[in-house]
Amino acid sequence: MAGEKSIALDRFGLGARPGDKPDADPRGWLTAQLARFAARPPVLAAQPGRPELVALFRDYREQVSEMRRQRRQTQADGTPPDDPLKDVPQMLRRGLREAYVGATNARLASALQTATPFPERLVHFWANHFAISADKLPVIPLAGNYEFEAIRPNMMGSFEDLLAAAVLHPAMLLYLDQAQSIGPGSPLARRVGGMAGRMGRKPGLNENLGREVLELHTLGARTGYSQADVTELARALTGWTVAGYGQGRTARLIAGDPGDGVFAPALHEPGARTMLGKRYPEGGAEQARGMLRDLARHPATARHIATKLARHFIADTPPPAAVARIEQAFLSSNGDLPSVYRALIAAPEAWAPGSGKFRTPWDWTVASLRATGLAQPPGRQAAAGLLQQLGQPIWRPGSPAGWGDTAPDWAGPGALMTRVEVAQQIASRVNDGVDARTLVTSVLPDAGVETKQAIARSESPALGLAMMLSAPEFLRR
Amino acid sequence: MTSLPLSRRGLLGAAAVTGAMTLLPGIAWAAAATAKRFVFIIQRGAADGLAVLPPLGDPVLAGLRGQLFDPDAIKLDGFYGLHPALAQTAGLFRSGEARAFHAVATAYRDRSHFDGQNVLESGGATPYAVKTGWMGRLLPLLPTQDQSALALAPAVPLALRGDRPVATYAPNRLPQASDDLLLRVGALYDADPQLAPLWAEALKTKQLAGDIGGNGGRNGGELGKLAASLLVPADGARVMMIETGGWDTHSAQKARLAAQLRGLDALVAELKAGLGPAWQDTLVMVATEFGRTAAVNGTGGTDHGTASAAFLLGGALAKGKPVAGDWPGLASGSLREGRDLEATGRIEDIATEALAAHFALAPSRLSPLFVPRA
Repeated sequence: MAGEKSIALDRFGLGARPGDKPDADPRGWLTAQLARFAARPPVLAAQPGRPELVALFRDYREQVSEMRRQRRQTQADGTPPDDPLKDVPQMLRRGLREAYVGATNARLASALQTATPFPERLVHFWANHFAISADKLPVIPLAGNYEFEAIRPNMMGSFEDLLAAAVLHPAMLLYLDQAQSIGPGSPLARRVGGMAGRMGRKPGLNENLGREVLELHTLGARTGYSQADVTELARALTGWTVAGYGQGRTARLIAGDPGDGVFAPALHEPGARTMLGKRYPEGGAEQARGMLRDLARHPATARHIATKLARHFIADTPPPAAVARIEQAFLSSNGDLPSVYRALIAAPEAWAPGSGKFRTPWDWTVASLRATGLAQPPGRQAAAGLLQQLGQPIWRPGSPAGWGDTAPDWAGPGALMTRVEVAQQIASRVNDGVDARTLVTSVLPDAGVETKQAIARSESPALGLAMMLSAPEFLRR
Repeated sequence: MTSLPLSRRGLLGAAAVTGAMTLLPGIAWAAAATAKRFVFIIQRGAADGLAVLPPLGDPVLAGLRGQLFDPDAIKLDGFYGLHPALAQTAGLFRSGEARAFHAVATAYRDRSHFDGQNVLESGGATPYAVKTGWMGRLLPLLPTQDQSALALAPAVPLALRGDRPVATYAPNRLPQASDDLLLRVGALYDADPQLAPLWAEALKTKQLAGDIGGNGGRNGGELGKLAASLLVPADGARVMMIETGGWDTHSAQKARLAAQLRGLDALVAELKAGLGPAWQDTLVMVATEFGRTAAVNGTGGTDHGTASAAFLLGGALAKGKPVAGDWPGLASGSLREGRDLEATGRIEDIATEALAAHFALAPSRLSPLFVPRA
């Protein structure tokens, strides 16, 4: 049945390629992908490791401070500051930017080449659920590494492992200020507190990560936790930081390879904690891990994750029956993610005919390139530039809540016009030998007669292809 | 009237700019008789004068504007303030290189964008009464060598239409989709309840052009740089119109208008920087077709109104108060039809006076520009 094959390819997967033929059993085809998923496909293997990425940032920081020092010295000598120096940080930032652009290209290549498009879509889903944003300088070079090393290898295990991997990855620790959070009663605070306090720089607690873990990553907003629970989790998380980022006295207290997420006891707030009515005795690094484990198994978390998955894969307003089914699978398996994914595949609502979801700019770009067989975005724009223009810059949602996942987030007048412009660009890059009339039957078999006619009546092959990529059916999945 | 679209490629790079400029009709290889330049920045969509140039001294303002009231406005004098996103423009006010006029409007008193822009551009007293534009009628009054006109727009806007040729240049992030594709896509979306209204809106916005607010204001800055690069060469443009759209803030005005104004601020700053010494010979006017309602609406925005604010900028502005205007007040009895800022000043008077001083022409010689109001 063409309808279900298209649903498997487009709604669960990343869009049909001309040769794609799921076998007679679309559900089985999806389920089999769960076992075949490659966490580290060859296209990602060449990505630089964390030490290299962190070295980029450290170089940048050192050069900026060296530059500032020189400038101060120059001015102290009475000579006017050298103007060209003003542009130096821009130049230095290029290294960070190149690492980011390289990673976004690798992400896109993986999405275009993957043999397991359903799990690949799940990678994008989880990276957005545990969103970081490359707006902060130290996060820029680590954004890709976060998805490749925290999300991909852990999303076929249990939710609690995925949660810990995401929350304690250096990119997240840096993004949500955990790396600088210091227990007010920690050994470090007690040692330097007096002096730094007099200088108005008393080290202290930062609740940012603690709050987002409860509100965004696990239980969900307004599910009954209190400000006291946020603070207690934040206290327990103190000590979790990133090696190789601190400067001066603090740096010596944080052991580990530069760029590793590590637990530094000197920063940890001592004592037992109480969260959601449960007491967690002092246990160093294990204290926060224990709290994360309980949060991962909480019924509110199961409901939250089930709702978000159903919204992503079924409809903007998730059908309650589907949510309940996925939630049940989460609870009864203790958050075993493949069990959750199988419940999603089994949900009849996911297979309802008609397109339930408006494609995000990322989805639409990936689907367009897969359909036309282009290996990269048109023109000289890398993936990063194109997605910026389309309104969804990769790994830069600007908020820990990630990108919105409903049609009103993406279906705007300007965004629609930009898509049509990009559709024309893509179409103009594709070999004239591609006949949209044939292609549409293969990648968009359920397209309406109006769309098929409009493509057939186009005055050139390129125009026909642009029409196909702009068609209402292609804008949705 | 001739329109000569210039290719983007032809305009990239300083050398290429000079080459492209020789395409401007009537001015090739001619030495400029004066160095005077005039730029009109049109704000299509009705910019909210009460937010751009808030009358902080009016006791009713904060109550009417609710969430739109911005306590961070930059004080220009004892009564008026400037939107905080216009920080660089505020510097120009301090150095006497910017002046504003409040509670001003054209002769048009209805609330259609297209009719209002028609009056603003044609200089007529009613919509569609005049077929050419006031800038187009200004050109023959200038020395022959100074008649080179350029619109940063895909087509010659009404304001520049007349009997002199005008060049156009449309800066674009992406190659524009062909009209044919737009037409066919429109037909395809026609039956789709979600896409049809979005597409109609997209086409409208496209016609209104000029996304200066995008990319954190950098789009505006790029436009300012481009404009300056086209005005600076000895054989460059002398009269220019810059299109800006996106001022129609019916909802979520606070963030949208701030983005727009950051773009406008960057546009003005880059224009001045790029012009260098030529800024001393440049007059810039900023105006919109009408203002917006005095009170905030139910969606955090404002609706179509009457009077708004206009700006003059330049290196050699005539001296005057930072903000001129006969303030009508915002109390409910003072509002036009109980909702809009009343107009007490005329945009055409501001333009006539400023152009006469700038080009050293007797104001009577500029009478063809604007049709007297009935």
